[in-house]
Amino acid sequence: MIIFKKVSKIYSAECSALDNIDLKINDKEFLSIAGRSGAGKSTLIKLLIREELPTKGQVLWGEQDVSQISDKDLPLWRRRIGMVFQDFKLLPNKTAYENIAFAMEAGGRTNQEIERDVPQLLKLVNLIERAEHFPNELSGGEKQRVAIARALAHRPDVLVADEPTGNLDLLHTWEIIKLLMKINELGTTVILSTHDRDVINGLDRRVITLEKGKVINDDQNGKYILR
Amino acid sequence: MLTSFIRIVKSGVLSFWRNKWLSSAAIFMMSLAIFGITSLILINVLINSLVTDLEDKIDVSVYFKLDTAEEDILKVRSDLVQLDEVKSVEYISTDEALANFKERHKDNEVLLQSLNELNTNPLEASLNIKANEASQYESIAKFFNQGNYQDIIDKINYLENKAVIGRLSAITTAIRQVGFVVLLILAALAVLVTYNTIRLTIYSSRKEIKVMKLVGASNWFTRGPFVIEGVLYGFIAAFVALLVMYPILWYLSPKITSYLPGTDIFYFFQVNMIVLFFTQIVIGVVLGVASSIVAIRRYLDA
Repeated sequence: MIIFKKVSKIYSAECSALDNIDLKINDKEFLSIAGRSGAGKSTLIKLLIREELPTKGQVLWGEQDVSQISDKDLPLWRRRIGMVFQDFKLLPNKTAYENIAFAMEAGGRTNQEIERDVPQLLKLVNLIERAEHFPNELSGGEKQRVAIARALAHRPDVLVADEPTGNLDLLHTWEIIKLLMKINELGTTVILSTHDRDVINGLDRRVITLEKGKVINDDQNGKYILR
Repeated sequence: MLTSFIRIVKSGVLSFWRNKWLSSAAIFMMSLAIFGITSLILINVLINSLVTDLEDKIDVSVYFKLDTAEEDILKVRSDLVQLDEVKSVEYISTDEALANFKERHKDNEVLLQSLNELNTNPLEASLNIKANEASQYESIAKFFNQGNYQDIIDKINYLENKAVIGRLSAITTAIRQVGFVVLLILAALAVLVTYNTIRLTIYSSRKEIKVMKLVGASNWFTRGPFVIEGVLYGFIAAFVALLVMYPILWYLSPKITSYLPGTDIFYFFQVNMIVLFFTQIVIGVVLGVASSIVAIRRYLDA
């Protein structure tokens, strides 16, 4: 369970990105965070992966206060969270296979584990025949699927997807959303941030809506309420 | 630990190979730098042999009065050898001086005849002194000003040559100092060029570095492959520099020798090739690794 306790993030006097957020995210939940650009979605995620520290309040993961994690333990911490980004963030000089294997190598997994898990992950995202392709030889949807496979390499408790469909067309968008739902059904908490009305309305899961750094709506069968 | 190391090396070699163009550019710049530094070392060797050659031409002769006993002169000689400044002392007896004189003037009948008519040997015994450095003759000359030598010494030719020796010594000192300063400045330039080249290659990978950190790589696991690339740059660049240097020296060396007799830079190069090559490798690898580590630092935090 992840809890945001009265969290505020203030970048400067004029610019406060998050204002007194209280939020509880249950295990194995599929949570969408909706909101316009600048509403605070990315800041919320950055606080969770400790790329930023809260100005006020606490982010708790179970018993652990996220802001107390030392720089030394940060790599270990990051391996508990799988991250998927709008711009994919694949390593351009590594093939699809190597991109996934790199995350596992960095995590100190054995060669046997890597040889066993990477093909499985590629199968999960339906890209096994693309294993030896470099990112610039893959379509946007394929790149995002590689990124998702990589995010799952550490068997994370939580998969965080920050605008994962922002650069994709309609067809690929649903491909990715369906994949995220499949991953959620397999037992991983998924946090999806998006400003795509159709995605939110099509999901029928819990949605929180952010505006100007505040939670203005939290709905178990959420709809996109912004105009 | 070992697995990590193997992975880092593999990843470094692979990315070196996949970024062929960037790697070639970096190697090219580094070979230029190493080539420059090695050339400077060789030029310094050249200057040194030139200056030593020049200094070797300077000496001071002390002439002893005709009635001085040989053992007195030899005693002066052994006293001289004790001095730090003295490189060598050559004793020329009256007989040797005469023989030398006859040899030098063997075409001059008149001179030899008048010498024969003398019946005695008019030439004085002398000590021929060479100092380690041109500036040290002054203090050697002072050594003879001590009281007990005055009685047996006729003259010291340092006093006649003082001005010339002084000027030569000033010139050689200046050449050495200027050479050293130029070496330092140019070496610093070479280092800066290399550092900036490597900084550019790492700058072009700055997004990758961020991504590596984001997917949970530790600092060393991120830095490692770049350090390996730095090692490869340095190693190959040293090899390239050596390959280029060999034919250039082979071609230039005879020309240098004809300008500056007594120097053979190609010979020096051949004899010291192994040492030079290792020096180049060490320079290259140290430059590559240090530049990589310094240049990547700013992209690692966060």
